[in-house]
Amino acid sequence: MVELEIPAEPEFVGLVRLFVSSLATTRRELADDRVDDLKLAVSEACTNAIDAHVGKATSDRVIVRWAEGDDRLEVSVNDRGPGFDPSSIPQHPPVTDPERLNFERGLGIPLIRSLVDEVDFKPSAEGTVVTLVMYCGPAEE
Amino acid sequence: MDLGLEVEERNGHTVLAVKGEVDVYTAPRLRERLVELVTEGKRNIVVDLEGVDFLDSTGLGVLVGGLKRLRSNDGEMSLVSTQSRILKVFEITGLTKVFSIHDSVDAATAS
Repeated sequence: MVELEIPAEPEFVGLVRLFVSSLATTRRELADDRVDDLKLAVSEACTNAIDAHVGKATSDRVIVRWAEGDDRLEVSVNDRGPGFDPSSIPQHPPVTDPERLNFERGLGIPLIRSLVDEVDFKPSAEGTVVTLVMYCGPAEE
Repeated sequence: MDLGLEVEERNGHTVLAVKGEVDVYTAPRLRERLVELVTEGKRNIVVDLEGVDFLDSTGLGVLVGGLKRLRSNDGEMSLVSTQSRILKVFEITGLTKVFSIHDSVDAATAS
């Protein structure tokens, strides 16, 4: 397992993307577009984690853990926010409805769900753990 | 992380060329620039995303907000992108039906 701990501040999300894309490209046979998908999904999860820390002490950290199985990559994003219910995200009006333009937020979770093969949101003792799973070929020799 | 934001006038349109990564850290700068352009009276804005390496939901939100601001001022905004990794984000979220997306600045500014 490899772990990256960042301050819960927006400027560090780019560092998490580098962490994920370099591990994905050097350690596994993963097509470029799948690396992009994983990078975006993890980035969205980190953005939510940092958002969950707004109003809390800035010394709080977000921890990103990278783990590998025979046929899968697992990235978890651990925050110390107050937690949330992913099923409570409001539905947007249809894209053809002019009212759709009143909604700028709420696209992160649907993006995560469609980009990775499995996603799990779990409350932890301290906050929330979001685990993203992507199936892939065996580890590089 | 730098976000490039260059503005030029072309064929009655204001072209905002964005370069770099648009995420939770940099998207506020894109939002500010779009608000400034509308405040300056620009009404036909083309956002050129060809130089964008990464775009997340925060960036999409800023573009949706920009389009709303323009339409409520009798303006219009269109986008330029040919990169599959960027177009995919619009496709997944259904926003390809909200934005008019062109494959070049020439095409976006032709009308």
